[in-house]
Amino acid sequence: MSAHLRILIQRDAFDQTAEYERLTKGRTDIGAIVTFTGLCRDEGGTLSALELEHYPAMAEAQITQIAQDAAQRWPLMDVVVIHRFGVIGIGEPIVLVIATSSHRAAAFAGAEYVMDFLKSRAPFWKKDHRADGQQGQWVEARDEDESALGRWQA
Amino acid sequence: MSLRAVYFAWVRERIGKTDEMLNPPADVTTVGELITWLSAQDDNYAYAFENPAIIRTAINQNHVPHDTPLGGAYEIAFFPPMTGG
Repeated sequence: MSAHLRILIQRDAFDQTAEYERLTKGRTDIGAIVTFTGLCRDEGGTLSALELEHYPAMAEAQITQIAQDAAQRWPLMDVVVIHRFGVIGIGEPIVLVIATSSHRAAAFAGAEYVMDFLKSRAPFWKKDHRADGQQGQWVEARDEDESALGRWQA
Repeated sequence: MSLRAVYFAWVRERIGKTDEMLNPPADVTTVGELITWLSAQDDNYAYAFENPAIIRTAINQNHVPHDTPLGGAYEIAFFPPMTGG
């Protein structure tokens, strides 16, 4: 089973509706499509933006590997991952993951697997921009994100 | 041995550069030994690597643990735990 992968690392915003239509237009083989969009939240009004730094040479290779791993584990037809870098305002999308399959179980699991590994293995780092103008801080990795990988170990 | 080092996020900020060429002595043979050697160079490196256990490393754009030999490395990256997604 080889899934079609679309991996984009970009500064610009993306249009999840257009990505959805791009996948489904003219297709009759897809039975399930799961889309996940991660947004920049304001943390109770304290943040004005997030700034994402990345390691360009590695980011695309890592995400491609994660998507390929997901497609090996589940019968996925398509995996789309779009991850932004640069300054992202509150309310704006940061990351998009779409997984398609014949049935929902694979699409749900595939999308979640990609997000779980992306959070702890794709070389991106968030720095917050404070609404009060104070010096921003690097966001600390959460233990839950690392431990979330454990459930995928066969 | 000569290899390119790249730094990201607060590791980059503490060291004060994005990348550089390194020429460690011959007895530096692993990622962990390279961290120890860099930490002894000056206060900036020492600050960046003050808690080596949390530093993540990649050789030639692949994640590697600290006991990995440097042989074959043309690029080594040092960075904090990742916070993408």
